Parts: sequence; structure tokens; C-alpha cells
Amino acid sequence: MRNQLEGSRAIAETVARCRPQVVCAYPISPQTHIVEALAELVSTGELSGCEFVNVESEFAALSVAIGASATGARAYTATSSQGLLFMAEALYNAAGLGLPIVMTVANRAIGAPINIWNDHSDTMSQRDSGWVQLYAQDNQHAVDLHLLAFRLAEERSLPVMVCVDGFTLTHAVEPIDVPEPEVVDRYLPPLRPRQRLDPAEPLTIGALVGPEAFTEVRYLAHRAHQKALDRLPMLLDELAADLGRRCEAPISRYRVADAETVVVALGSVLGTIKDTVDGLRDDGLPVGALGLTMFRPFPGSAVRAALTNARRVVVLERAVAAGAGGIAAADLALATSGLPLHRYQAVAGLGGRPVTRDGLRQLLTAAHADRLDQLTFVDLKPEPLEVVG
Amino acid sequence: MTSLTITGTVQADRARPNTLTSGHRACRGCGEALAARWVVDAAWRAARGQLIAVTATGCLEVFSTPYPESAWRLPWLHSLFGNAPAVASGVAAALRALDRTDIRVLGQGGDGGTVDIGFGTLSGMFERNDDVLFVCYDNQAYMNTGVQRSGATPPGARTSTTPPPLGNRFGQGKDAPRIAVAHGIPYVATATVADPHDLERKVTRAMAVRGARYLHVLSPCPLGWGAEPADTIRLARLAVQTGLFPLYEAAHGEIVGSTPIRGEPAPVEAYLRPQQRFQHLFRPGAGSDTIRAIQAIADQNIRRYRLKEA
Repeated sequence: MRNQLEGSRAIAETVARCRPQVVCAYPISPQTHIVEALAELVSTGELSGCEFVNVESEFAALSVAIGASATGARAYTATSSQGLLFMAEALYNAAGLGLPIVMTVANRAIGAPINIWNDHSDTMSQRDSGWVQLYAQDNQHAVDLHLLAFRLAEERSLPVMVCVDGFTLTHAVEPIDVPEPEVVDRYLPPLRPRQRLDPAEPLTIGALVGPEAFTEVRYLAHRAHQKALDRLPMLLDELAADLGRRCEAPISRYRVADAETVVVALGSVLGTIKDTVDGLRDDGLPVGALGLTMFRPFPGSAVRAALTNARRVVVLERAVAAGAGGIAAADLALATSGLPLHRYQAVAGLGGRPVTRDGLRQLLTAAHADRLDQLTFVDLKPEPLEVVG
Repeated sequence: MTSLTITGTVQADRARPNTLTSGHRACRGCGEALAARWVVDAAWRAARGQLIAVTATGCLEVFSTPYPESAWRLPWLHSLFGNAPAVASGVAAALRALDRTDIRVLGQGGDGGTVDIGFGTLSGMFERNDDVLFVCYDNQAYMNTGVQRSGATPPGARTSTTPPPLGNRFGQGKDAPRIAVAHGIPYVATATVADPHDLERKVTRAMAVRGARYLHVLSPCPLGWGAEPADTIRLARLAVQTGLFPLYEAAHGEIVGSTPIRGEPAPVEAYLRPQQRFQHLFRPGAGSDTIRAIQAIADQNIRRYRLKEA
């Protein structure tokens, strides 16, 4: 049943129905509403059998989750921006230890300059941490991805982050269906950890590994990601059967089949992009949109297959690698190597700047006519630049 | 576990668990290896074998778990350098959620992992009063990386980042046990490897209590201190007998007992002289003021903790 809910509330209620046993909380905007709602659900008893731990930093939040997960508890936390970076060392550690922790990241820019608004700089900076990364396009998508995240994490013993655009989604109120507890229980069986700390069967977890085996450990981590990708269609089919709707992953296609120009993007900006595509289609321009729901593991084959008929592709990103350009664009270029594509990179919506239909329309029209620079900063204002010269 | 009514030490018991068993790669005379075995064995006995250990990055982790070997005979987890107290909190939280609070949690780290890089997470674990005994094996510098200064390095000591003639500066450093006491946690104690009876008794007391507990164990490092491997116990004993390392216990923010020095306190020179890290203080005309200042610290400890027998 769909109810008018704030995105954060819907995510928290969904997480609660996934029955986490340890939730670690540290406040940071725009994530805070999620852990506030979980604190309330624990205190009212709606979420029972769960230890809610208020910690002193994001580094501690993920570290507590690491200890809990290694002991065999379903562990969850949430963060944003600076908090994700403060966790960075623990992110790699959780992945290296193969712990099935699920975390929501309410995407937000990274300072300096300090900025609390949305972009993807935070999660893009941790793309190689070994975590699975899922990007929600709307709040229903975010809810459904959380179910998938727990199931995928626990089946493959991998940590998963669900990336949700800060404010744009976390603070937006819209009609959302939070799956009923019995639906969630059917989809997500109790955690059966691959390994856990147990006096009955003592294990050493986190040993020192030298050159003789380190490469193999990293190879296995890479293979675990590939297996996660292989397993995805089956998990999505089951999810669709339980929910009665499909959760689009690892990619979403919108009017791509006959499109000559395809814009590729991640997250909630795809809503505006789809509206723009519709407008341009009305004008007779064969354009389409491809969403990357899964960024890690990178669904290279699916992306390549979706772009075989396209002539040009614009990768629009809410992040930029200073000195290089697009981030997802680099992965996409590799996945589509050999295809006769004109490839364009667009950086847009940094630090919460709105990505508008007008701006997108100009961008796509220029791209379609091949009158676009290789790398474009959308809606770049000249005035602040003149000051620096 | 059967033998729970032992009058001698855990180490004297034939059924001692050897939680940190032989074959690890610690240096000769390593105070930390000794302390860790005694502490974890005593905690293991107190917990009737239901014990999980979390260890910070450092010598203890490196010498005990070079893959594919492990010297640990209990469930053991290493995550990072600066997060062992938080990871231990997570283990404790999971055990509550899983209704397995019969299993106890021990966190451990060196002085770097405890006093410096892990201090934020230690303080967090303390203030939440999480059910964890955290043990610092203090060898007073970053020995694993080659003897660099830590916040627990004593004044005047030479390390590779506090070279002579001055050595480590006066007026710096952290007194971690006192800061632990200030958190008001149920139990805090100091101990050394020189007295296994005292050490085991304190571990056993700590394990009889629930909530956050802290044990700070002076663990000489022959390599970093420039001392003979055979002198580990003697130096730990001298640290106590000079007053430089006071032995005391505290409960809920109050000091509840200290161990008096037997007879007259030894002069600090007796402790400093056998250690290469203090040799620059004994060069002609070099460090008599410094030695006097170190003696003043010992004298202050003796007054503060009432270490002189009445």
C-alpha cells in the first residue's frame, strides 16, 4: 500500500522490516532523518531485537558494524559526505573481511568548500572500496533496493551501500509502498553468516597476509563482485514476484532501443532526464536515457548491449575527477570500447545545483548535433570565474 | 572447563588454556606477548571459555597471525589500528542482540592503538559503558614501526622521532588510566608483567563486572627500550619500585586501592640506567636536570597514589 512518506522515513521503515540486529548511528545531514526514524522504531518496540548504538564518529559507526557483523548479527548504518570519507579506512576493511553490512548513503558534496547539498562526490570517491554500490532513482526504487541490498550482501558476503540523493530523495515526500513485514521475511531469510566469531568454533579473522597470498585475496574479492552481478537477475525476479513490481537493476533503459543519442546517469536526476527525453522525442529527436542503478560491480556487458545501436553517448555525472573529467564515463568508455560511439562527458548538479530540463535540453540538442565539447560543465556561470581569472 | 577453584595463578594451572599459544613470532623477552597470554588466559578462565578477543593493529597482531598461521586459540578479530574499542563494542552489541551475553568481550591494543589513534573510539566505548574489557599493553612507543614516540612515551626517552640530546619532551603525554578513571567507568586498573598474581587478580576482578573496564599493563620492549631480553621482568618491577608506574585500582571514578612500594622506593636512576633509551641522560654533564625531573615525577606519583608504606 502506498502512503505519503518522506524518503528517509520510508527507507528507515524498510530497513526496520529487514530486522537489523545492530544499528549504529552518527548524525550528518542529509542522512540524519533515517537514523532518527530507526531510533524511534527501536524505542517504540516496532523494531525489536535490535541494539541501537549511538557512536562518537562515522569511523566508529562502521567499526561497530564491523564487530557486530563479524559476530553474526545483521548490521546497518547510514551516512553522508564527510562521514563516508571519515569511514574510508573501515570501508575497505569491511569489504576485505567480506562482511555483509548494509549502509545507506544520503549523497552529498564533499568540502572544501563545505556544502551540505546533493552530488555524488562522496560515493564516487569510494567506488573502489570493495562495496557494492546501488543508486536509487526515486524513493520507491530506494526502498526496493534496500531489500535487494540485504539479500545480495548476505548471499555473497559483501558489503552493500545504497546511494540515495540527499534532500532530493531523502527529504522528499511522495507516495511510497513500504513492503509488508511478511513480504520482507519471505524475500530475506535470517542471516546465515559465512564466518563468525564463536567460542564453540574459534576462528582468527583479520590475519596479516603477505605477498604470497594478497593478490589471491584481492582476486577473490573481484570475483565475488562478478558473482554478485551474475546472481542479480535471479534475485530481481524473486523480488519482483514478492513485491509485484520490478526493481530496475543493474541498468534502466528509457527509450533507448531506437535512440541515436543516449544520456547515461545515476540517481534521481534520471527523472528530469526522462522528462527531457520525452520533450525532445516530441520534437523528433531520437534520444534516450540509460540509468546505472549498479555502479559497483560495473555492469559492463549490460551497458554495452544497451548502447550497440546508439551513435553517441553523454555521460552526465554529479561528480568530477579533477584533472581527468568524468568518473563513470571512464568505466563506460572501457565497456563500450570498439563501438562506433561519440562519447561526451557532462558534469552537472554539483553541490546541489539544480539540473534543469532547459539545461538538459540544450546539452542533448548540442550533443545530438555533435556540437558539444568532450567535457562540459553544465550551467557554468562566468562571474565567479572572472574573479580568479 | 573444570578447574575453576584454583588457588595459584592461571599460568600455574595444568589446564591453562594457552589462548596465545607458542610458535608466534614475538621478539625474545617481549613483554607484550607475556602480558597478552596472562591477560587473555585469565579472562578466558573468568569467562569459562566464552570469550571473544578483538585486537588493534600492532606488534601483537603482526606476530600472532601471519597467514596461514594463528597463535590464537579463541575467536579473534583484527580490523584496524584505530578502531579496536569500537569493534569490540560492536561485538558486545551483537551478543546482546543475539542473547548471548554469556560470551564476554576483550579488546586489546598497544599504547599507540589505545592512547593515540584509537583514543576516540576508546573514549566512546567508555562513555557508552559498553560491556568490554579493554587492555592496553603499554611499551611506551610505536615499536612495530620502529620505535617512534607515542603519547605514552615517557619524558626524556629516546625514540626514533625524539632523538637525543633532549629525547621526549617534558610536559607532554597522556595518562590514559587517569583519563579512564575520569570517565567514571566501573573498573580501571594498572598492572605490569612483573607480578602475574596481581595481573591475573585484576583481570579476574574486571571480568566479574559488567560494563566498560580498562586495564593498563606496562609491558617492556627490549628492542625499543634498548634493554636485555632477560631484563623485561626486572625493568617492569623497577618501574613500580621507583614510583614511575603506580599500581592502583579504581571503581566508578574513584581510586579504591593502590599497591605500596616495598621498603624504600628505588631511585629512578636504577630504572633508567639499564635502558639504552635513557643513556643520553648519563653522559657527563648531560642530563642530571632531566634525571631530577624524572625523579620528581616518581615522587609525585608516590604522593598522589600513596605508594609509601605507612
